[in-house]
Amino acid sequence: MAEAVFVVSAVIILAGAVGVVASRNPVHAALFLVQTLVGVAVLFVLNDAHFLAAVQVVVYAGAIVILFLFVIMLLGVDKAEELRIEPIFGQRPLAAVVGVSLAAVLGTVVVTGADVLTGLRRAGGDRALDGDATDIERMGRVLFSEYAFAVEITAALLTVAVVGAVVLTRRASRSDGSTAAETAAQET
Amino acid sequence: MDLAGLSVGWYLALSVALFAIGGVGLLVRRNPLVMFMCVELMLNAVNVAFVALGAGLNDVGGQVAVFFVLVVAATEVVIGLALVVAINRRRSGATADDVSLLKG
Repeated sequence: MAEAVFVVSAVIILAGAVGVVASRNPVHAALFLVQTLVGVAVLFVLNDAHFLAAVQVVVYAGAIVILFLFVIMLLGVDKAEELRIEPIFGQRPLAAVVGVSLAAVLGTVVVTGADVLTGLRRAGGDRALDGDATDIERMGRVLFSEYAFAVEITAALLTVAVVGAVVLTRRASRSDGSTAAETAAQET
Repeated sequence: MDLAGLSVGWYLALSVALFAIGGVGLLVRRNPLVMFMCVELMLNAVNVAFVALGAGLNDVGGQVAVFFVLVVAATEVVIGLALVVAINRRRSGATADDVSLLKG
């Protein structure tokens, strides 16, 4: 049963990934990205990470992809891109070579190292996955004890990101009343 | 891993394939928005590996790592899309190649 679920979701994930790379229209790429993200969420459920599966769907498929679609809509860049022309000579073959060698190196590491990695140790206490606690309870305990400092840093990171996004996108008003974008338009 | 009857190696193989596809997409595509989507693909490949290895080691640390990756991915998208909007305001229809004008 688990094998069948894994194979089906792996096919869905890889098909979505190829769709993101190969679709000419950015909107289609975003929808293929949703397909991949939902497939990854299924794999999370298969590994008993139910909280992460929910967060994956809500944050990734719900928030991040919607943000992509909003930006595509706002900028009006949903025109299909011409994929047949190659803007930089030799870019595609080089990218293929890099991709294949990346997959080969990582695949070698997986084949030779997976059993070593997973045979190293079994965690105990709060960190063990086979206790009575639900996965969200377990994550909460570890996050707010062992990783409490990292959680605080995360809060600072999110604040900086929000402030940065506002600073980057706001139109600074000049003394003569015109906006920065109007000034830029006059300059060009 | 006796949890689901599947060995961790299969998850890692899927993760490798997803990471490589995302990397090739990042190198090939010129639309900055699609390039960001390819970065998201690569981050998700890492998340799959984290969760599978965490389940294999019976350790919640893998799931915690995915949690932090999600937060960093969200901030990365916010800042990246703000940059795309700011660049498009000055030069509409800009691709990643046009930004090479930034060099001196």
